[in-house]
Amino acid sequence: MKVLMFGWEFPPHISGGLGTACYGLLKGMSHYDHEVIFVVPKLWGDEDPLADFVNASDIEIDYREKRFKEIWKNLTYLEISSFLVPYLGPEEFSKFTDKSLHDGTDVDESIFANKFSFSGKYGKDLIMEVSRYALVAGQIAKNKEHDIIHAHDWLSFPAGIAAKRLSGKPLVVHVHATEFDRSGESVNQRVYDIERSGMEEADHIIAVSHLTKKTIVARYGIPEEKVTVIHNAVLDTSIISSIATKKVPEKIVTFLGRITFQKGPEYFIEAANKVLKIDDNVRFVMAGSGDLLNRMIDRVAELRIATKFHFTGFLKGDDVDQMFAISDVYVMPSVSEPFGISPLEAVRHNTPVIISKQSGVSEVLTNAIKIDFWDIDAMADAIFALLHYQGISTMFRQCGSEELKKMKWEHVAEKIFALYEKTLTVTQP
Amino acid sequence: MRTICFYFQVHQPYRLKPYRFFDIGEDHHYWDDFANRSIMRKVAEKCYLPMNALLLELIEKYQGNFKVSFSLSGVFMDQMEEYAPDVLESFQKLVATGHAELLNETYAHALSALKSKEEFHDMVRAQQEKIKKLFNGYTPKVFRNTELIYSDQIGEMVSELGYEAILTEGAKHILGWKSPNYVYCNAIEPKLKVLLKNFRLSDDIAFRFGEKGWADWPLTTDKFVDWINQIPQEEEVINLFMDYETFGEHQWAESGIFEFMRHLPEAVFHHSNFTFSTPSQVVAEVPPVGKIHVPVPISWADEERDLTAWLGNDLQDEAFDRLYELEPLVRQSQDPQIQKDWKYLQTSDHFYYMCTKFFSDGDIHAYFSPYESPYEAFINYMNVLSDFMLRLKKEQKNIVSE
Repeated sequence: MKVLMFGWEFPPHISGGLGTACYGLLKGMSHYDHEVIFVVPKLWGDEDPLADFVNASDIEIDYREKRFKEIWKNLTYLEISSFLVPYLGPEEFSKFTDKSLHDGTDVDESIFANKFSFSGKYGKDLIMEVSRYALVAGQIAKNKEHDIIHAHDWLSFPAGIAAKRLSGKPLVVHVHATEFDRSGESVNQRVYDIERSGMEEADHIIAVSHLTKKTIVARYGIPEEKVTVIHNAVLDTSIISSIATKKVPEKIVTFLGRITFQKGPEYFIEAANKVLKIDDNVRFVMAGSGDLLNRMIDRVAELRIATKFHFTGFLKGDDVDQMFAISDVYVMPSVSEPFGISPLEAVRHNTPVIISKQSGVSEVLTNAIKIDFWDIDAMADAIFALLHYQGISTMFRQCGSEELKKMKWEHVAEKIFALYEKTLTVTQP
Repeated sequence: MRTICFYFQVHQPYRLKPYRFFDIGEDHHYWDDFANRSIMRKVAEKCYLPMNALLLELIEKYQGNFKVSFSLSGVFMDQMEEYAPDVLESFQKLVATGHAELLNETYAHALSALKSKEEFHDMVRAQQEKIKKLFNGYTPKVFRNTELIYSDQIGEMVSELGYEAILTEGAKHILGWKSPNYVYCNAIEPKLKVLLKNFRLSDDIAFRFGEKGWADWPLTTDKFVDWINQIPQEEEVINLFMDYETFGEHQWAESGIFEFMRHLPEAVFHHSNFTFSTPSQVVAEVPPVGKIHVPVPISWADEERDLTAWLGNDLQDEAFDRLYELEPLVRQSQDPQIQKDWKYLQTSDHFYYMCTKFFSDGDIHAYFSPYESPYEAFINYMNVLSDFMLRLKKEQKNIVSE
């Protein structure tokens, strides 16, 4: 079987969890005897060669193909000059908009140039890149032989749709996150429309959790039977024994992630305040950056707990490992988390975890304390328990590593290939 | 007698290095040696050395008829010894002429007057010792508190320490219809004289001098003397108080600030009936006209002339309260490094960097801050303070176990 897959980013050049998930999936797929063509807007040359990579920036479009005009007609609703930029805080956003107000290039022209150099980032021209990516996808679908099309998240949904139009092969879309996870109730209508059209045009949908499936059914009006839940996995399931040692005498409780609405940082602070009132022998750490960071710092100062509550800013590489390694408890209080891989990373470091019930990962991880993100009393309770009652944390450590071993990407790949087969028999009997 | 009283504040904080959460419990060196040295050297070349040379030249030229006063913060003197012995030498020369008066202040350029009388007294004594040591036994008679922060109570504390006078801001909301150009006295302890900064004329030099958008730019000595001549004859003292870094650092040499100062004495002597005096001369010769009531602390900072540049928002209050909670523990400590860090951590600049008033005075705050935002300043300070607390606790445990 030949799979034509569209992604948006790929390690090591990633800014979100999507690239990591695609990497894991390709790695899992490489255990099987199927061919995968993986398309990204921009290749840097240092990617792990797990598939037949196609750099969209290298593709020339053949304008004699009439169907391009048709695709383009359908894409114009994307309103190229919009300032839509996901994953940016208000400050960065204003920087981007300031810039783009000044460079009013002729959009149609640059989109239809023979070649187009993608940035592959979540920048100010995101919508333009998404549209152009769709055209390139059509060209690739024409050139490369394939049996099925697989598109990851809304950024590559137009690409998937275009490819389907040109090759007539079935389309599977993979939903890692929806606009409701990213923006709460104040969704961006354009993104929502792209997501919805992708889901409608798809022959089948993969959701990374039951939570996500519920959103897809309830918010996008997709029939339940069209959506299959396939949970993510962990790249490496081995336990990491780190040499990093703690230099402070207190226990450490950690939050690690983007400091945005979606991740629920404020609930972590309120719970920390409750714990600190009865237990002085603990430090809380909020690692990460995001548009709510300053507000969180203000809150910590207001609660007068800043000598026991620390901020590290954005961490990468070894610092992330070190942070996990010196943590005694890891908390992920996400308000809405389609999957959420970081608690599994914590488990790999033998750190007991507390996760919100509003996360996909809570569907697969049994050895964790699960709480509602808003229930700060329960969260404080759980933190205190994991710090003081060795029984639970020891048990979590032992069972957690066992559980982890079952979450391999090759199992995910196996399920997806089975899903391809099913889709092919349904659509092309 | 009509006289001009120049007072220059000379201060550089010990800036903190970027201190991360991971450093807590392990790294006990908090200070950004590289930044502190390079800033000290930069300002030495642009301001301290050329301006000291100019002032020495003027004092000698006018045979003591031109005179100035300084307050050098203790943390500045420490850095001078460490990084700029040449600057120290030039200050020593100036003071040796007898026409450059030194004032006392808190060693660390701290806000301790607002929080702890005991700590305040300790810091003033430490500063006195430092001045004696570096300036041949010199004993200041006049006091100036950090950033000219003053209230009736602070004045009372300073009077108890035996000082004759204190300098502060001629804040509009304190003076009302009154003029800053007189000598006043403290409302509780009338023997302490209070000298008030004439902020309009001071800021004409310190802030507006190089501002090309200012209606009175360029400011010449003729214009300046013309302004002081317009002041009613009965108003006797014009207090020009400013940061010493005004000369060459805040106002670059290219603005003509050095030339302005070079020619100012001559213009004053020839075209007005003003002389120059130091603060202790002013209080010796000019009788006070009455009490000045300052029930709530004032300062020379920002449009508000209050404490909000350093205290008042949650970041600042949290940092400040946590710091001074440690005072009893520090008093028990025998560790000289802890004593030193304790002083340096009290420097007001750390709290200034945490100020979130971004509107009228935001630019000035940003100019002085090594941080990108007040939040970063807060995080860094609290990380350091957390480590400092661990050291204190550890030492205390050791004392108890012994």
